[in-house]
Amino acid sequence: MLITRVLVLTIALIAATATAHAQISDGIVKIGVMNDQSGTYADITGPGSTTAARLAVEDFGAAKKGLKVEIVVADHLNKPDVGSSIARQWYDAEKVDVIVDVPTSSVALAINQITRDKGKAFLVSGAATSDLTGKACSPNTIHWTYDTWALANGTGSAIVKTGGDTWFFLTADYAFGHALERDTEAVVVKNGGKVLGKVRHPFPTADFSSFLLQAQASKAKIIGLANAGADTTNAIKQGAEFGIVKGGQQFAGLLVFISDVHALSLEKANGLVLTEAFYWDLNDKTRAWSKRFAEKQHGAMPTMVQAGVYSAVLHYLKAVEALKSDDGTKVIAKMKEMPTDDPLFGKGVVRADGRKIHPMYLFEVKKPAEAKGPWDYYKVRATIPAEQAFRPLDQGECPLVKK
Amino acid sequence: MPAGEEISTVFGVPVQALFGQVLIGLINGAFYAMLSLGLSVIFGLLNIINFAHGALYMTGAFAAYFLLQWAGLGYWWSLLLAGYWWSLLLAPIAVGLLGVVLEKTMLKRLYHLDHLYGLLLTFGIALIIQGGFRNEFGSSGLPYAIPSQLTGGYNLGFMFLPTYRAWVVVFSIVVCVGTWVVIERTRLGAYLRAATENPTLVRAFGINVPRMITLTYGFGVALAGLAGVLAAPIYQVNPLMGADLIIVVFAVVVIGGMGSIMGSIVTGFTLGIVEGFTKVFYPEASNTVIFVIMALVLLVRPAGLFGRTA
Repeated sequence: MLITRVLVLTIALIAATATAHAQISDGIVKIGVMNDQSGTYADITGPGSTTAARLAVEDFGAAKKGLKVEIVVADHLNKPDVGSSIARQWYDAEKVDVIVDVPTSSVALAINQITRDKGKAFLVSGAATSDLTGKACSPNTIHWTYDTWALANGTGSAIVKTGGDTWFFLTADYAFGHALERDTEAVVVKNGGKVLGKVRHPFPTADFSSFLLQAQASKAKIIGLANAGADTTNAIKQGAEFGIVKGGQQFAGLLVFISDVHALSLEKANGLVLTEAFYWDLNDKTRAWSKRFAEKQHGAMPTMVQAGVYSAVLHYLKAVEALKSDDGTKVIAKMKEMPTDDPLFGKGVVRADGRKIHPMYLFEVKKPAEAKGPWDYYKVRATIPAEQAFRPLDQGECPLVKK
Repeated sequence: MPAGEEISTVFGVPVQALFGQVLIGLINGAFYAMLSLGLSVIFGLLNIINFAHGALYMTGAFAAYFLLQWAGLGYWWSLLLAGYWWSLLLAPIAVGLLGVVLEKTMLKRLYHLDHLYGLLLTFGIALIIQGGFRNEFGSSGLPYAIPSQLTGGYNLGFMFLPTYRAWVVVFSIVVCVGTWVVIERTRLGAYLRAATENPTLVRAFGINVPRMITLTYGFGVALAGLAGVLAAPIYQVNPLMGADLIIVVFAVVVIGGMGSIMGSIVTGFTLGIVEGFTKVFYPEASNTVIFVIMALVLLVRPAGLFGRTA
């Protein structure tokens, strides 16, 4: 009798612990940071994003709350096939619960689909294409920091409104460049501007001279750079050589990160108008966090992508804690339900289409004489409120949004 | 519209614009030519497929950057202005010396083995150099200004030609032709060519063949370093700047014929122009056109356009 009772108790106990554990798969929340660790986007995302994710785990206080969190890192080399196979490996064999960052829109779109098929979670900070919350939106994905629509809306409309009404695009020839060009063209045309021509250059391209000549010949007032990273800095640098600005044309860097401005130096970059979601020198909280970040990153200040990784991972862990589960689909639903709040982006929400919204800022790059110290690069020209910064919910053609 | 204007277009592109593209093509071709020349010299005389060439080109650009920084930080202010000219002289020497060390300590041991070993070793060296620089300086690159004497440009009517680009073309043509003359038309060049044909016999005449080979490698990579200095004011000084270029340059060498000096010079400039045209008529293909040509040439003439079949 006694033996039977002990047995029954033991089995009940095992069952109880088993279900308690089943909430968090294998007892560990495993976060996979995937981005460009070594190529043209490595300074924008790369090891800095890993540092940001670590800081988020630290600030969440995972260890104190008894939550085991592990971070793994991979380099997708900006190639969709490489990214896809890492994602499958992570989800299938290595029990990764969530993938974060993933710059390069073509890679992000591929992982968006895989994550949906596997019922996991995907927090995009690095990629730009607004399709992630449009046609390709998914109940398993949140697009965190910025997107091509927000960039076009910020930089594009500001430039058209100040007289830049004829455009020529230099576009990186892949999903990201196409999306950025499309969204900007829409803004230009809507504000009464005209697109005189465009050229699609291979990604990445080192020498822009030929494309710059074509842009020069177009006589457009604005040369819109629908590219990023080294492509953008090379185009601007070589543009100065070919006398683009002296000839009366202006560059519109549609996606410029603080690391690009740093690489160009203020002498070359001053006067550029750009849209970002984050700048280290916005307020006391952003300054304090950025200082911690820089200490771990050779003194480099965080880009908005890296700040976004921090914010996304922090909110993800809060949702896991509230839900006591790391089931991908459920956590994403919970993240949409809970309002967001963190020191870098302040209060915000995640919309039904997976778009995280917060204010965006229109910055102007300072003149060398205006900078008071290293990394003192931007002055705020305008703050775009969260509700106006991103594409209205009903215009994205996202099937998740009930009409 | 006058009839004359209608005629002066090619597939809808004004002929005037094409002149500009030819010139731009020549400038890019200058880089291809200088890099493939170094590769050809090394392959022709040492039988090494030098995959570290791109990394050494990048090292040249960084050497220029360091020299400018150090000169700028130092008390000798006049050097700040002349920084570029010093770099042009010193950076290739530094890279050349690095090459000599590589040859003396590692490459030397591989001459009697298959090509593949040299390729693997130099590829590994390239990855180490690139990784080291990337770790230290990040991937966005460092700014390097055009020297003040070479800023500005000329309005040629059909295009705006920056002075610096004109300088690059002229300078690299001089270097390429000079190298060709030394190797094909001088006694030293004759020794070099003889040493590759039959090292034992040349040594019997009292010539120090190993030293000559070391110096040849040093010279080949110094050319890469020189190209790096020339590139620094045009592109960002970036740890990855050699990685993409080296593949194209190898295609140039294969098209020209492995080991052919004149072949790599002529092919370098020609392919620069072909690429320039592609950027106008079908820009999406501008990074693949050289490889398409390579495939076609290999089908018709496996030894390359200027290569001799063994």
